[in-house]
Amino acid sequence: MSALRVLVLAESSATEATPISLEQVALARKLAEPSGGQVSAIVLGPRSSDVDRQLISGGADKVYAAEESISYDPDVWVATISHLVSETSAGVVIFGHTSSGSDLAPRLAFRLSGSIATNCENAAIENGMIVATRVCYGGKARSVLRLSRNPAIITLRPGSLTPLAPDTSRVGETKSISANTEKARSKLLERKQEDVRGLRLETAKVVIGGGRGLGGPEGFKLLEQLASKLGAVVGASRVACDLGWCPPSMQIGLTGKTITPDLYIAVGISGASQHMAGCAGAKTIVAINSDAKAPIFADASIGIVGDYKELLPKILDEIQRLNS
Amino acid sequence: MKILVCVKQIQDPEIAPGLFKVDEASNSVVAVPGIAQVISPYDEQAIEAALRIKEKTPEAKVVVITLGAASARDVLKHGLSMGADEAVLVEGPKNGSADGFVTASVLSEAIKKLAPFDLILTGRQSADLDAGVVACGLAELLGIPSVNFAKSVDVSDGNVVVDRVLDNGFEKIQVQLPALVTVSNEMGPARKPNLRETMKASRKPMQSWPQNDVNKDAGASQELIRLYVPIKEKHCEIIGGTSAGETAQMLVRKLRDGRLI
Ligand SMILES: Cc1cc2nc3c(=O)[nH]c(=O)nc-3n(C[C@H](O)[C@H](O)[C@H](O)COP(=O)(O)OP(=O)(O)OC[C@H]3O[C@@H](n4cnc5c(N)ncnc54)[C@H](O)[C@@H]3O)c2cc1C
Repeated sequence: MSALRVLVLAESSATEATPISLEQVALARKLAEPSGGQVSAIVLGPRSSDVDRQLISGGADKVYAAEESISYDPDVWVATISHLVSETSAGVVIFGHTSSGSDLAPRLAFRLSGSIATNCENAAIENGMIVATRVCYGGKARSVLRLSRNPAIITLRPGSLTPLAPDTSRVGETKSISANTEKARSKLLERKQEDVRGLRLETAKVVIGGGRGLGGPEGFKLLEQLASKLGAVVGASRVACDLGWCPPSMQIGLTGKTITPDLYIAVGISGASQHMAGCAGAKTIVAINSDAKAPIFADASIGIVGDYKELLPKILDEIQRLNS
Repeated sequence: MKILVCVKQIQDPEIAPGLFKVDEASNSVVAVPGIAQVISPYDEQAIEAALRIKEKTPEAKVVVITLGAASARDVLKHGLSMGADEAVLVEGPKNGSADGFVTASVLSEAIKKLAPFDLILTGRQSADLDAGVVACGLAELLGIPSVNFAKSVDVSDGNVVVDRVLDNGFEKIQVQLPALVTVSNEMGPARKPNLRETMKASRKPMQSWPQNDVNKDAGASQELIRLYVPIKEKHCEIIGGTSAGETAQMLVRKLRDGRLI
């Protein structure tokens, strides 16, 4: 088999690659290694040399970076990535299954007449072809697909793989690329992004989730109190977001955030597959639910059947007592 | 103005996890007796988005279109009963094709026959395969711009303005018509079919096109090797004392002992 070139679209802040980007690089390494291939990362948003170093020590051989951050526009980004795919003869392109990854990957697949599998947990090479395992049917099933056209394009669900231990002895080069802006067709009128410094759902060690069972936005205040005691981040089911009790950015699940904490405490959440798709990677799940038959108890390792309104104040007291 | 809404018939995505079964020999989902197939919820919200535009622009015509078996007429009727004006069934396999390239290619040929159009709306992904590939593919094949994950869609002066959902916020995007927009659940609940529209629905035009009339050769891009339900190995330990206080104490102690808090 000829040396396989794998390209990763890395996302980062000005100083740090996102955790999913490092998972993508780890997967790329696994796919490229057997054929003595190469892993390149492309960074179009904000970055610094710290980001390049992180990607290289995480497994990338090359970083293609825009000199200046290119404002997100799917047409411009896809044109730029597509150009690089052709230039480097990449056989596989790995995106994160993030809002931009799932926006870009299908466009690129059609532009290059390749194959695509979104929402993947893993991928491997079999007989020279990419075989990807993806989450489907609202998290209830997995499908294994052979991607028969070139390039194979994948979006990887956050929290599916462990990034490689950083190897600072690895060397790699950064090459600068320029944006292909002639293809722009959309006009950005406004962008509002929440400040994501500090604790984030995606990386928190302890997460507390609230659902419809909280009965209203007031219930979330109780969760916030518990979270501040535990250094935890509060998330929610989609129903709680759809009801306007909390912003969509707090949604955990198939189309929300994927969390991988050591501890997830789910309060008043029934455990629908679409919700569990976002938290199945939690090491310990504690479910607090008034209905002993709620499906969440099949996914939790510790369960309490009861009314959260009675239990949470007592749990807060108990933590207070232990801490003092 | 003509708005096309692409919809899909699927198994109810919110059935209890225990009812969901796969036949591994044929790599297909086993139909659950007594549970009706539904319109994919995001697609229903795309019809809602179209009807909200129609409320402001009464001359707008809303056409719902689906690729599927004869049973998929039910989701078209659902759209007509919500208030859409016309429907087109592109005959194909039940629940469409699993290959996004095939679906997008068949739909794009059908849509060319419905041209000229101003706006195509559809759900962000079908709630069965959860792939989210067809919509952008359709836009690529038709050579029109597309915007994903809309929370609201407004049309004015030959443009569409979309509030779209990001991982940590929103952005407002304007593109020129004709364009394609995918709708996310943040759009809010879809209206229920109402009596007046339901009475009218049977008189609204519903066409049926054999797939071969539309597209003879849509090459496959992938092959399904296996479909399975992952096995859960968790065992849940239920804890409970004689009072809420005692239960809380047991939980906190357990979490402390496990160094989880
Ligand atoms: C295509 C699609 C995508 C979806 N994506 C997502 C997603 O990304 N994330 C997501 O979360 N959902 C998603 N959903 C929705 C999902 O199917 C469920 O509807 C949703 O997760 C249910 O939310 P919930 O558990 O808060 O509410 P419910 O299912 O209504 O459960 C509420 C629970 O609270 C319990 N309860 C009530 N009162 C109390 C009390 N006082 N104390 C303790 N417990 C109490 C009840 O027993 C019940 O189990 C999606 C659905 C579809 C169709």
